[in-house]
Amino acid sequence: MSRSDEGIEAIGLRRQFKDVEAVAGIDLRVLPGEIYGFLGPNGAGKSTTVHMLTTLLPPSGGRATVAGFDVAKQGSQVRAAIGAALQEAALDPFLTGAEHLRLQASLHGIRGDERKRLIGRLLDRVGLTSAGNRKVRAYSGGMKRRLDLALALIHDPSILFLDEPTTGLDPQSRTALWDEVGRLARDEGVTVFLTTQYLEEADVLADRVGIIDHGRIVAEGTPSQLKAQIGKPTVEVVPESPDELERLRELLRRFGAETAARPGAFAVQLDGHGALPEVVRALDTENLRAAQINLHEPSLDDVFLAKTGRTLEGAEEE
Amino acid sequence: MRRTTDVALGLAHRQVTVLFKNPSLFIPPMLFPLMNFMAFAGGLSRLRHVPGFDFHGGYTAFQFVFVLLQSAAFGGVFAGFGIARDFERGFARRLLVSAPQRSGIIAGYAIAALVRWAMIAVVLTCVALVAGMKIGGNGVDLFGLYGLAIIFNQVGLLWAAGVAMRFRSVQAGPLMQTPVFMALFLAPVYVPLDLLSGWIHAVARLNPLTFILEAGRGFIQGEPTQVALAFGLAVALLVIFAVWARTGLRAAENAG
Amino acid sequence: MTQQVWLIAQRSVVRTFRQPGTWIPPLTFPLMLMAVNSNGLRAATHLPGFPTDSFLAFFLPFSFLQGALFASGIAGVDLARDIDTGFLNRLALTPVRGSALLIGQIGGAVGLGALQACVYLSVGLIFGVHIDTGVAGAFLILLLAVLIATGWGTLGLWLALRTGSGEGVQSQFPLLFFATFISSMNLPRNLIEVTWFRDVATINPVSYMIEGLRSLVISGWDAQALLLGFGFSLALIAVSLGLAGRQLKVRMART
Repeated sequence: MSRSDEGIEAIGLRRQFKDVEAVAGIDLRVLPGEIYGFLGPNGAGKSTTVHMLTTLLPPSGGRATVAGFDVAKQGSQVRAAIGAALQEAALDPFLTGAEHLRLQASLHGIRGDERKRLIGRLLDRVGLTSAGNRKVRAYSGGMKRRLDLALALIHDPSILFLDEPTTGLDPQSRTALWDEVGRLARDEGVTVFLTTQYLEEADVLADRVGIIDHGRIVAEGTPSQLKAQIGKPTVEVVPESPDELERLRELLRRFGAETAARPGAFAVQLDGHGALPEVVRALDTENLRAAQINLHEPSLDDVFLAKTGRTLEGAEEE
Repeated sequence: MRRTTDVALGLAHRQVTVLFKNPSLFIPPMLFPLMNFMAFAGGLSRLRHVPGFDFHGGYTAFQFVFVLLQSAAFGGVFAGFGIARDFERGFARRLLVSAPQRSGIIAGYAIAALVRWAMIAVVLTCVALVAGMKIGGNGVDLFGLYGLAIIFNQVGLLWAAGVAMRFRSVQAGPLMQTPVFMALFLAPVYVPLDLLSGWIHAVARLNPLTFILEAGRGFIQGEPTQVALAFGLAVALLVIFAVWARTGLRAAENAG
Repeated sequence: MTQQVWLIAQRSVVRTFRQPGTWIPPLTFPLMLMAVNSNGLRAATHLPGFPTDSFLAFFLPFSFLQGALFASGIAGVDLARDIDTGFLNRLALTPVRGSALLIGQIGGAVGLGALQACVYLSVGLIFGVHIDTGVAGAFLILLLAVLIATGWGTLGLWLALRTGSGEGVQSQFPLLFFATFISSMNLPRNLIEVTWFRDVATINPVSYMIEGLRSLVISGWDAQALLLGFGFSLALIAVSLGLAGRQLKVRMART
């Protein structure tokens, strides 16, 4: 079910802060009902892009439309169509969860019984019914994020921006939030623009991923397309006896090019996907006993490495 | 003993460095005494014409002594804020873990408070002299005045340190400030004791700070008065609040 | 628009009053200062030309001003926190108008200012202050006190919008305190002896705000003092609103 005919489109979108070009001309297109993962290290330009697309920051150049409205010229229409949970869980510690929702609903012009029903339903949906009348300062990080999501959804937006929604959350809260975001897109047709620095998050949630680095999109596609660009899986074998490492090396070289492996193991990047059974059969034929055989599928980190020359982790530390 | 000194000097060095690197920590404690001095000495000087006003050194000197003592006490209290902040940020816990002699921690904060106030005192004195303050006392008298102020600075620090170490939060700030503020303003701030009337006269007569303030004013006009009593009271306060701070440190140690 | 102002103001008031540690000291500190100064400076009433024999009546108006200054600090720090946590961005993503946001945000300061004014006036009356202008004058005192709180509160918002941090707001406060100190808070201007101090107090609008309030307490209906008191208070509101409005546009640069 798709609720909006228009998603997000940016052409040459730019933002300059004095001497720093935070976003250096990006082109992207997010289809209605799609979850788009915007992946990159801290400072890559993710949040700046979100701020421009949500009308909080005027672009320095280029053009973008959200839900069919120009972000630079039709700010109020864009805001009416979108919900956003920005990087900071922007909550007032002295208000309760229900009071936050009431304020947000009222500012969107929702009143009376409709507002009451909506607040109850959203609190229930994000699992905060029992905590709804508690002040937010007593909430855990996960509860704050869930309330943040409920606030973003109060006016039933067709497009949802989530700026690093799971940063700092424990694995359980993270999974719960992923489930809810997935459900919103799947069941309600909400278009989701999700920024993240977690590869796993983009991999699990996103239909398509854009990788941004130094303000530019360096790769875009579905997670499997991107990994396929990197290519082939790697097989790593640990021989039962360390003396057989040399024989193992000779055997594996028949299946692909040598690549980095743990000490005591040998690894090759396979020439073709179906090669693993052949590797196992060859080991058997050569009577070479393996203590461990590992198959590594290419990850988004490999994609990041291939496109930028750095690992995502390394980019964080820069 | 040497280990206590090492801890104290190390911590004091850190405190003073932090102070110089953060003007926001240094400027307000510097500005407030100057503002008070200008407002009181400048705005209220007509009070010297009130019948019975028997201080002969001029109203600027009369107010200077109060503001000097106030700056000393609040210099100590502001240092107490720093202790509370250190507890909130976890730095103080690291100190408790690593300091071989924990009493050196209080001594370190005390030295830093003194250094910080010394700078304020220099600026305040210069401003007062530029404003035409007359000093009737000799070097020994001034030594007495600044000696009292130094003890007062340490009393303020020890009081605030005791509170900070018990509450371990900057939210205890008003609790550190308010009693000191009240004690100071329940002394003869604007006019000599004899010109006060009603309940404030009764309270001021019993307030130990009254004797310290009057001795300070005696020093600056060159007519020392109640010197032994003032120093005795100041030292007694120092001892009482040293115990208060030490038990506060123990409370912090027990809290883990 | 009215509805939006009401919603933001409601939130501002609720937030302010849910932090007792924030509003109780600013409420009680001026009372303490009033208690000690009204007694400690009573001797000043013996000066020839002093306009009343009750220093409490003379000093009472300063408490309104001091309370307003504290309320201003609260308003500023709270808005700075909203900027820091991104709450302002959240509001910016709703259809709320910038002007509604600004006026509503002042709500907390105005609410606290009104409470302070009622408390200070009540305490003054309990301790024997006679309001020379009667009940009507007392209402006018409350009105002027709220206007003053609004003006200072808006100034606090401007500082918050300009600096974007609570520390930034607080670091500016010594200057505002200084402005209140170099005024006719402790003595009438004609009794201030030091020339430079008297001159600064004469050009300091704070003096006229205090004197407007003071006239209602001790000298009866004084059109000039009232005009100056209300005029400077309204001017402070207008200037602060203008500055804050401009700064809000910079801070909330939504399209």
